[in-house]
Amino acid sequence: MKKKNKDKQPSILKKASSFLSIRNLKYEYIRRDEENNVEGITTAVDDVSFDVKAGEFIAVLGHNGSGKSTLAKHINAILFPEEGEVILDGMDTKDEEKLLDIRRTAGMVFQNPDNQIIGQVVDEDVAFGPENMGVPTAEIAQRVEESLKTLGMWEFRNASPNRLSGGQKQRVSIASVIAMHPKCIILDEPTAMLDPRGRYEVIRAARALNEVEGITVILITHYMEEVIHAHRVLVMDKGKVKMEGTPREIFSRVEELKRMRLTVPQITELAWELKKEGLPLSDGILTREELVRELTEYKHRKG
Amino acid sequence: MIRDITLGQYYQKDSLIHRLDPRTKLVGTLAYLVSLFIFTRPLVFALAAVFLILVLILSRVPFSYMLKGLKPILFILIFTLIINMLFTRGTVIFSWWKLNITIEGLKQAGSMGIRLVLLILGSNLMTLTTTPTRLTNAMEHLMRPLKLLRVPVHEIAMMMSIALRFIPILLEETDRIMKAQLARGADFESGNAIKKAKSFVPVLVPLFISAFRRANDLAMAMEARCYHGGKGRTQYKPLKYKGRDFAAYTVLILYIAAVVVLGKLC
Ligand SMILES: Nc1ncnc2c1ncn2[C@@H]1O[C@H](COP(=O)(O)OP(=O)(O)O)[C@@H](O)[C@H]1O
Ligand SMILES: [Mg+2]
Repeated sequence: MKKKNKDKQPSILKKASSFLSIRNLKYEYIRRDEENNVEGITTAVDDVSFDVKAGEFIAVLGHNGSGKSTLAKHINAILFPEEGEVILDGMDTKDEEKLLDIRRTAGMVFQNPDNQIIGQVVDEDVAFGPENMGVPTAEIAQRVEESLKTLGMWEFRNASPNRLSGGQKQRVSIASVIAMHPKCIILDEPTAMLDPRGRYEVIRAARALNEVEGITVILITHYMEEVIHAHRVLVMDKGKVKMEGTPREIFSRVEELKRMRLTVPQITELAWELKKEGLPLSDGILTREELVRELTEYKHRKG
Repeated sequence: MIRDITLGQYYQKDSLIHRLDPRTKLVGTLAYLVSLFIFTRPLVFALAAVFLILVLILSRVPFSYMLKGLKPILFILIFTLIINMLFTRGTVIFSWWKLNITIEGLKQAGSMGIRLVLLILGSNLMTLTTTPTRLTNAMEHLMRPLKLLRVPVHEIAMMMSIALRFIPILLEETDRIMKAQLARGADFESGNAIKKAKSFVPVLVPLFISAFRRANDLAMAMEARCYHGGKGRTQYKPLKYKGRDFAAYTVLILYIAAVVVLGKLC
């Protein structure tokens, strides 16, 4: 198939049009013993290259320890490339003078909601980023209101974060990032510690930011259901990007995914099993509606 | 439940005292505490008590709520009273075995007791009417001159507010770890003090590991949100003195003057 060819190599985009461009990125964690001798080396990110266009919704999939977080931390200059380069919105992340600009261009939401809320009250937490950026007082208030309203958390502005549910805490964390007016937001497994309801809230918020506000979203996750709305999916394994393509393209390669200890969405898996049993279904079915439609069509054709 | 512990026990209410600038309250409380200790005249204590009651009424915090604040220090209070009563020398009015109670001792105990009660009530009133955030904010402002001496004022205030934010979380975590260890057959109740202390090791170790992980995560989250120390930082809710604060300072000065006059005259 033609599609397959395209999947194999990262899409080649013109540099000017790409918002984020990662070239041959490599990063190693070096473990040392007490005498500072090298005990072991983990290559967390290994020769990764890809591009993201402004306004894209990218999902990054990968098993635990595949290097997703390490990759993410390179995008907003929390880690710096040992080899290769990361260019964000025209800025090289190694440029120390641009550090704050880079961090305000790409905001980051982390996994554990309790460990990223700094304020003792919701609105104070949202104000933390703008305060650090030196935004004038009157404008901070405006930004706090606007971003809490965007995330539907305005009524909780005076609450203590300790009293919110996990999903609400993550929405506050997202609001806190939005208040910095970033062009891009990276969510590193934001739903890993949430119940299904909280997961739904957070993913819906991320999609709305992308579709309504036009913010570039990079969503890292290992829940397959969360990536089906992405424009593009990257699959990581052992520090390398192993697959790249639309959700449909990725999920039609069920066996490869399984080899990387990843599952596919339940519906996709069901369709895949049915197809293996001989039903003429298309590859990479993502939603229940699609499956139902194909099955009814098949039934009609059969009579 | 543990998550209901609010540090500094803020009592939500909309009153004149609540609305005062936290710096006014901090300075006022410190001045009040000092005023309790410069003179030992009964009239001064009476004045201090009246002043406190007036502020308490203005603050609209229920009196029963204030009394609750005395409970934790009840033991210290009684202990101080007894020590002062028994070990002050002077005219003996009552004697039993080797213990002598003197007039001076009674006086000493009385004034110490009143001071302690007023001291606790006074500082409680401040924490009941001011959120911890505003208090740390006030401290940062008031300590600003120390910056000249290279005291890291902003950093201290930031550490305090982070500590305040994480204490309830760590308490909840302690609770969870204790339950987990109980389920594995741990015993925190029996044995002498040393054995009890030892039984807490399996709680403290995971607690410390988790605290360090949290600290690491938090530092990263702060950096990701452009935190780079106090330099060039603006404020969301900057402190601003209002008319009522000047009124409060005036009252405070009048109070101190009255204390000095009463203390010197009588
Ligand atoms: N701070 C660290 N020190 C040493 N090794 C690390 C550190 N962080 C991650 N690693 C290692 O790097 C690899 C990739 O980790 P990570 O980027 O966190 O993966 P993921 O987010 O996909 O789970 C793992 O093998 C992990 O053990
Ligand atoms: Mg991770």
